[in-house]
Amino acid sequence: MDKERLFRTGFAIFWLVALGLLVLDTASSSNIRVEPPPIALGSGQAASGGHCSGR
Amino acid sequence: MRLFSRFLLVFGALAGVLAVTLAAGLRQGLLALLGIGFGAVLQGARFGFTTGWRDFIERRDPQGLWAQMLLMVLAAALTLPLLAGSGGELVGAVAPLTISLVLGAFLFGAAMQLADGCGSGTLYKAGGGSPLSFVVLPTFAFGSFLGASHQPAWIELGGLPAVDLLAFGWPTALALTVAGCSLVAWLAGRVARNARGDAPPSPQAVAEQLVRTGTASFVAAARPAQSRWATRWWLGALLLAVLYLAHLVVAGQPWGIVYGMGVWGAKAVSALGWDLSGDAFWGVAPHAQRLVEPILADVTSVTNIGLIYGAIAASRWNGAPKFTAPSGRRLAAAAVAGLVMGYSARMAFGCNVGAYLGGIASASLHGWVWFALAFAGSIVGVRIRRRVGA
Repeated sequence: MDKERLFRTGFAIFWLVALGLLVLDTASSSNIRVEPPPIALGSGQAASGGHCSGR
Repeated sequence: MRLFSRFLLVFGALAGVLAVTLAAGLRQGLLALLGIGFGAVLQGARFGFTTGWRDFIERRDPQGLWAQMLLMVLAAALTLPLLAGSGGELVGAVAPLTISLVLGAFLFGAAMQLADGCGSGTLYKAGGGSPLSFVVLPTFAFGSFLGASHQPAWIELGGLPAVDLLAFGWPTALALTVAGCSLVAWLAGRVARNARGDAPPSPQAVAEQLVRTGTASFVAAARPAQSRWATRWWLGALLLAVLYLAHLVVAGQPWGIVYGMGVWGAKAVSALGWDLSGDAFWGVAPHAQRLVEPILADVTSVTNIGLIYGAIAASRWNGAPKFTAPSGRRLAAAAVAGLVMGYSARMAFGCNVGAYLGGIASASLHGWVWFALAFAGSIVGVRIRRRVGA
């Protein structure tokens, strides 16, 4: 198998595994439903998401 | 065949957005959609923060820097009035001027040249099929987790409090931001003009000018082709600014990258048995709660996932992307650089998106400090990059 084919196979496997883990994470915490209003602006609620600036 | 593959890519995007909406609510679905937009624009326009800086450092090509400054000005103009009048529904990226910011930004700037991508660059290039960014991604996530874990200790080293220019009113904050960006763009252009004046025109530029004018008296008037501002740069800046505004309106906070990657790292090590209940960062509210919640409920995670998909789709829109295999040495250097990048981004309150773009567009002084230090780090990083044979 040449390098390109090896990488493309690894690439596909990696993203499939990542997708599987995401589904597993979602399923295992399905009892927790955090659903803020669809649009923050005009919602009347203070912003509360995590951000790299420190919050 | 190509039409069918494009249909599949669009179908995959819509199915993904729908799945996120069903799993985590409409806001998260919208953020996934915006993430796809970010990824498609970054990949489609090849809008690289790292490349833009490197082009200027190595070749005195100011186009990337100009585009970044245009993006900052547009993002600030669109969002500062909203931030000022939102009553807390929307918040900017504001952080203190700590010693950790200075050290972290410098390290990040150096490492991003070795990793050939910053926060957003790593995500979109990994999605676009770059082997180098593919290797960087996991080490970046682990570094981001570890850096966040140590962030409280770094902050204790001291520094100055945050300087939020919005305190002077949004018109003043915007005027100062526009003035700062204009100054950087003007300086970059001046340096580039001086460099072009000193150097003889490249053979390619000479050939192009010959064809264009059909005369031998081309040398004096010759301007290298790179003096034109490529469409991809300014169009990319324009589209990213619109997406940045939409993200702020929907999420209530500026676009970010690194926090989400830290969450992924923390979730991964928790799953492997690492107890984070006593951790200075991940063990306390609100971060501890975010580790309990699904990844899809986290703002930056869901935007990052959308970004990766958007880049995958954009890179395959016209067929399979080109593949170039880097050397093992280069891959190893990139993996280490990814670790440093993730760690230092948490020291510096973000990467090129959360701190540089978000900070400057939010009129926070830390964004400018981040820019200055990261650019200085990049000058060192470009030299190291040459040594490892990039």
